[in-house]
Amino acid sequence: MTNFPVAKIRADFPILAEMIRNKPLVYLDNAASCQKPNAVIDSISYLYRHDYANIHRGVHTLSVRSTDQFEAAREKVRGFINAASSKEIIFVRGATEAINLIAQTYGKANVKAGDEIVITAMEHHSNIVPWQMLCEQTGAVLKVAPMNVQGELIYEEFENLLNDKTRLVAVVHMSNALGTINPVQKIIAAAHAKNIPVMLDGAQAIPHMPVDVQALDCDFYVFSGHKLYGPSGIGVLYGKQALLEAMPPYQGGGDMIRTVTFEKSSYAGLPYKFEAGTPGIADVVGLGAAIDYLNAIGMAAIADYENELLVYATAQAKQIKGLKIIGEATDKGAILSFVLDRIHPHDIGTLLDSLGIAIRAGHHCAMPVMDFYQVPATARASFAMYNTKAEIDVLMNGIKGLIEAFG
Amino acid sequence: MFEDLRDLYQEVIFDHNRNPRNFRVIDNADRQVEGFNPLCGDRLTLYLKMTGDTIDDASFQGSGCAISTASVSLMTEIIKGKTEAEAETLFKNFHAMTTGKGEAIQLEAVGKLAVLAGVREYPARVKCATLAWHTLDAALKNETQAISTE
Repeated sequence: MTNFPVAKIRADFPILAEMIRNKPLVYLDNAASCQKPNAVIDSISYLYRHDYANIHRGVHTLSVRSTDQFEAAREKVRGFINAASSKEIIFVRGATEAINLIAQTYGKANVKAGDEIVITAMEHHSNIVPWQMLCEQTGAVLKVAPMNVQGELIYEEFENLLNDKTRLVAVVHMSNALGTINPVQKIIAAAHAKNIPVMLDGAQAIPHMPVDVQALDCDFYVFSGHKLYGPSGIGVLYGKQALLEAMPPYQGGGDMIRTVTFEKSSYAGLPYKFEAGTPGIADVVGLGAAIDYLNAIGMAAIADYENELLVYATAQAKQIKGLKIIGEATDKGAILSFVLDRIHPHDIGTLLDSLGIAIRAGHHCAMPVMDFYQVPATARASFAMYNTKAEIDVLMNGIKGLIEAFG
Repeated sequence: MFEDLRDLYQEVIFDHNRNPRNFRVIDNADRQVEGFNPLCGDRLTLYLKMTGDTIDDASFQGSGCAISTASVSLMTEIIKGKTEAEAETLFKNFHAMTTGKGEAIQLEAVGKLAVLAGVREYPARVKCATLAWHTLDAALKNETQAISTE
């Protein structure tokens, strides 16, 4: 930890120097979205100033430059998650669109009435609603594997849900509301033993730990760029090549076709088959810059440092009378979700904001998780590689102060 | 520590949050409407006892943040004895006070509800203060459907 270059990292994120309500910003809402380093901001700005044109079509110099950078970013993503081929990297708007894509292509092609899709009790709405929509369209049934009060998947009950009607397991890698890291290796092995493919929602996991899709052997992995210090509006669907090739296209349009006549069109090969229309070119390039930046630091070092922040914050939080931590999984990422006796999370959010501290207060797009804990909402501090123990001290002092103010 | 927030969290608000007034069920209420703010999970049930068009008694149950709890607590106090028309006028004035842009606040028109004037500077919290009043508005219009701020 002493070696982790947090001061240097902080200097790379210009927004961290902002004053909020006359106080230095303490940004602890990273699970909602991360801030951007100069490397990302500058890469986008540079592209627009020097290299920008539409991709994959022009023969002119700028189109070639843009295309080269766009495809170089695809290769960076491939390397970052260790996919076997860059054809397996599909650019979408975010994890949400990636899940909808899988539901509406793979799902519609493979799921019929009476079939089952298995998720867990700790999913974000984005890994619930697309499957509910598919179930409504097909007559399939959504099965929910339960969790215990620590916020851990009850693995045996998950395994019991797998049967010959199960067409897909769609599981969150790391929970945004609780921080729980699921035993995905075991989950994938159990599902594959029954020939069931597995999709991992990696929106939270991807910025916090090394991810190797080949080692995991997952069939699909989805994540958003904005939680990985990259731009918003861009995300990634990884899928095994054979699965993606067998799937029908998602949206029709330019870029995704090989030939078009009024009678019939033929589709482009991977990955373009799933990339209709002009994509967020600069945003993809920005995501590539974010990956370069993270690789230079190292995901394993980031994971270690963030774990130290979580351990420190958890120990501090447990000293505060009236504070209850929501989500105490043994394997947990850097998220501290909590409630305070008789103080609503929205009051916590507003009071902390007046001290310059940004946290999330609400249901975290995980209403079923709130129902499980019988709370309307929680307050959530979520940490990133640029946070410090000093910032956690500011947070904890703020919490103590507001408990006193409420009396 | 929270000097900057004194306009929003006045002592009266802490007091009503700690000890909400009229926090009970009215048996045989003439009007009963639920209000819900799905963004933050605030949920309340408002009960009214009427004689003709006069509000004889008002009470509530539910849970929410300090702003919404204080707002509904204060509201049940101030509307008792008011006619429906008077209550609707209060609602309009309260709404103007909490959402008005730039215009002067007519504090005398809202009496002790003026302690909630600070929310107009916090757009994310305006609905916390107005939930109670939208629920009252629905009750006065004799609606029975739950109302939602979204």
